[in-house]
Amino acid sequence: MSESGAVEPEAEAGRRIATEARERVRFEEEALELADQVYRVARRMVSTREEAEELVQDTYARAFRSWTSFTPGTNMRAWLLRILTNLNTDRGRKLQRTPDLQPLEESDYYLANKVAASEGEQALDQERVVERLSQGGVVDALAALPHDFRDVVVLVDLGEFSYADAAQILDVPIGTVMSRLHRGRRILKQKLAEETLT
Amino acid sequence: MTAHDPDCEKCEELLQGYLDRDLTQTEVVIAEGHLDRCDYCRRRYRFEEHLRRYIRVSASERMPAGLLAKLSELRGPTADGL
Repeated sequence: MSESGAVEPEAEAGRRIATEARERVRFEEEALELADQVYRVARRMVSTREEAEELVQDTYARAFRSWTSFTPGTNMRAWLLRILTNLNTDRGRKLQRTPDLQPLEESDYYLANKVAASEGEQALDQERVVERLSQGGVVDALAALPHDFRDVVVLVDLGEFSYADAAQILDVPIGTVMSRLHRGRRILKQKLAEETLT
Repeated sequence: MTAHDPDCEKCEELLQGYLDRDLTQTEVVIAEGHLDRCDYCRRRYRFEEHLRRYIRVSASERMPAGLLAKLSELRGPTADGL
């Protein structure tokens, strides 16, 4: 058999297994270091804390099973979020979510104009003026976004992913990311104006 | 200068791309040239910048205690001698 070269000597096989185990442990540790950042994005993609915890656990279970498909040196946070958004989409299909209506959004200055109308034009110069919007209102307005728009806004504005990373995570063209992001932000500002400014 | 000024309308169109640093050099020059002259738009750009930060802070929720331990339990079997 030795002339075929197909059988690894025992010691070499042992070393190979040990190397792979070390790589796996390193992968797992790196992934766990990102857990808080992954959770923060997940939390705003679903309605409840419990759902977010479950989604992150499912994501890590899958990531740990298929760790060899991760290319070392690439963006692991984006890789994890790709798994997470896929799982979330599957889950959404199972729940038979009603299709989102395409809302008509206001212009980009809409919210600033509303704030200026109620607080005065000079108020826009002060950073604290945004605190007129309640933090709970921000969370509610995000949750009320149609989910295609929300996912992009959450990835870029909360997760601070680039357009390119967001495109890869959601498996859509970069132009789609940009248009959903721009429209999603406008819808968000419209909701903030309606829900938290009285 | 008001929202109905065509220069302001153009500046409003450039707002998101400007804050995302996703404009062409020509567009940056147009936006910045207008912002230098226009309090109305400059205030709205500044508001948007503050708003973005506020949204990020308001919507960010830390991972619950205990989740990290649950995730660690999902790891593969620990090989001996590592």
